[in-house]
Amino acid sequence: MSVKYESQLREPLVYGNKTYHDVTEDIVRPIEAKPSKLWYIGFYISVCLLMFGVYSVYREVTYGIGQWNLNKTIGWGWDITNFVWWVGIGHAGTLISAILLLFRQGWRTGVNRAAEAMTIFAVMCAGQFPIFHMGRVWMAFFVLPYPNSRGPLWVNFNSPLLWDVFAISTYFTVSLLFWYSGLIPDFATVRDRAKTKLRKHLYGVAAFGWTGSTKHWQRHESLSLVLAGLSTPLVLSVHTIVSFDFATSVIPGWHTTIFPPYFVAGAIFSGFAMVQSLMVVVRKVFGLTDYITMGHIEAMNKVIVLTGSIVGIAYLTELFMGWYSQNKYEGYTFWYSRANLFSPYGWSYWGMMACNVLSPQIFWFRKMRRNLFVTFFMSVLVNIGMWFERFVIIVTSIYRDYLPSSWSVYYSPSIWEIGFYLGTFGLFFTCFFLFAKYFPTIAIAEIKYVLKTTGESYKDNMATIEQKQADEFAHEYAH
Amino acid sequence: MAKKKFVVGCFDNEDVLFPAVKKVRTTGYKIKDVFTPFAVHGLDHALGMRETSLHTAGFIYGITGTTTALSCISWIFTKDWPLDIGGKPHFALPAWIPIMFELTVLFAAVGMVLTFCYLCQLAPFVKKHHFHLRATDDLFVMVIECTENTNTEDLKAFLTNNGAIETDVQMAEEGWWIGRYDKDEVLFEGATA
Repeated sequence: MSVKYESQLREPLVYGNKTYHDVTEDIVRPIEAKPSKLWYIGFYISVCLLMFGVYSVYREVTYGIGQWNLNKTIGWGWDITNFVWWVGIGHAGTLISAILLLFRQGWRTGVNRAAEAMTIFAVMCAGQFPIFHMGRVWMAFFVLPYPNSRGPLWVNFNSPLLWDVFAISTYFTVSLLFWYSGLIPDFATVRDRAKTKLRKHLYGVAAFGWTGSTKHWQRHESLSLVLAGLSTPLVLSVHTIVSFDFATSVIPGWHTTIFPPYFVAGAIFSGFAMVQSLMVVVRKVFGLTDYITMGHIEAMNKVIVLTGSIVGIAYLTELFMGWYSQNKYEGYTFWYSRANLFSPYGWSYWGMMACNVLSPQIFWFRKMRRNLFVTFFMSVLVNIGMWFERFVIIVTSIYRDYLPSSWSVYYSPSIWEIGFYLGTFGLFFTCFFLFAKYFPTIAIAEIKYVLKTTGESYKDNMATIEQKQADEFAHEYAH
Repeated sequence: MAKKKFVVGCFDNEDVLFPAVKKVRTTGYKIKDVFTPFAVHGLDHALGMRETSLHTAGFIYGITGTTTALSCISWIFTKDWPLDIGGKPHFALPAWIPIMFELTVLFAAVGMVLTFCYLCQLAPFVKKHHFHLRATDDLFVMVIECTENTNTEDLKAFLTNNGAIETDVQMAEEGWWIGRYDKDEVLFEGATA
């Protein structure tokens, strides 16, 4: 028998004296209200960025990869850096919804919906880079294994690049299904209280005719649990497979067995940072501070300091192995191309170290974990650092080959490469603004489920109930 | 599709709902369903529902995915077009594990969601009768099917005595139909309650 009520000592997850109806009101309010000026400004900026991105991609598709400053030596530059960066960001959502569900972390309910949305949008952004990096993007379907008229010439199932195709598309599909199946009951809530005809119709379509029947809830619970169970290894597999893109090669700096755990930790690290950047703003703008509390922010900051330290250990392990292996190519990559501040790309290595390893240590202090300004600033810094990490891994490993004659000149991106990256920001934030306006940003049904066990106004009753349950438990065990 | 008569009792607290469910069932009334705004744990057992076997279906879909991946890849790489990749064996099982895993997850997830939607009859443009609009907000709505012998007034009083804050008698269509939520369709001529 599980204990139904949480200990009184724990911080409440929902502040204020809320009833079920208040929860509905609070979360649905931004959907029913007119968007604020701030929303319009943000939305238009995002759409402008997106348009610039579309134009940059148009240039690349029309004139070819030569629009980017990639060269024969640095064949992977900003594009793959951005791909790995966005995929990493797309890890927090499923981690929060799946792994924390299995670990019975009650605080996930406040942030899971927005984090899952963020995951889906980030994976959408990530997918653009390898697709357009193919050059002839109209041939992109060649990566799919289907009986074709070219032999049939199949794809190489032994290649990590193909594993990536499967991993990313599966991850996107499963995250989308998980997210949407959670949204159905909340759409029904919006539908049933809609005042305008259009809203009633549209949310009626989106809610799939959900009624809230007990049998349906029972199946919904089973579905969520199994999807969480499936997503947990999935989320770990995705970034593991992304790291295989590098780790299965023979390039010094990539050929490393610690890549899978190191990449997964880094992905969680950057994903949580992105969730923080967004949630610190969203909770204020939409007045959801009772649901996304300082406790939530502190919990995520703890994850950030943990995963930041894990990647820190990975960086140091790599440096150690660069020396210990006594392989001069490894040594050159790690000790000259990276750790030497005065080598061409040394700045990116030390930028990464400063942002990812040193600065998150500030979160050992409780005061800092619970400071909104510090949290926001750090979350941006971490994402800059994680971008540097991918840049360091990709560019510093390949710009000086085994063969000095093919060493590259200094690589800096072209405006269209930068434009593509900015365009994905546009895509991400356009989607996020639409989500924040038209979707319940917090899982209403899940908050209602935890309300009476973790809500502030229900905490007083808990001591007695806890005692009663402990007695029952002892009684059951005694017989 | 015929309409049936139901007595509806609304509760605003799950702590009142559970004893009421028990009382109603022991008295011999047949509860058609309880509509709740969130998953109330234990309510399915209180209503005497059996466990769902959705997860078993998920397992079957999952192993279908694994076998699909394994059989397709091994056929392609050993029979249909054996590629020589650095003289490595054609049957390279370890290299196929990532794709086998991904397809397992993909098949299980897609299959389960489709099965879930099929079992619960959820789809875009599907419409159902809603006994109370606040069932998705803050009310727990118990729906009891009437037989010829049911005295609706007695039953309503019985529900009120057991903590229902609102009771009602409704004629309702049980199944689903294609419809819009912003329009009240009359499904058949003269079929209004």
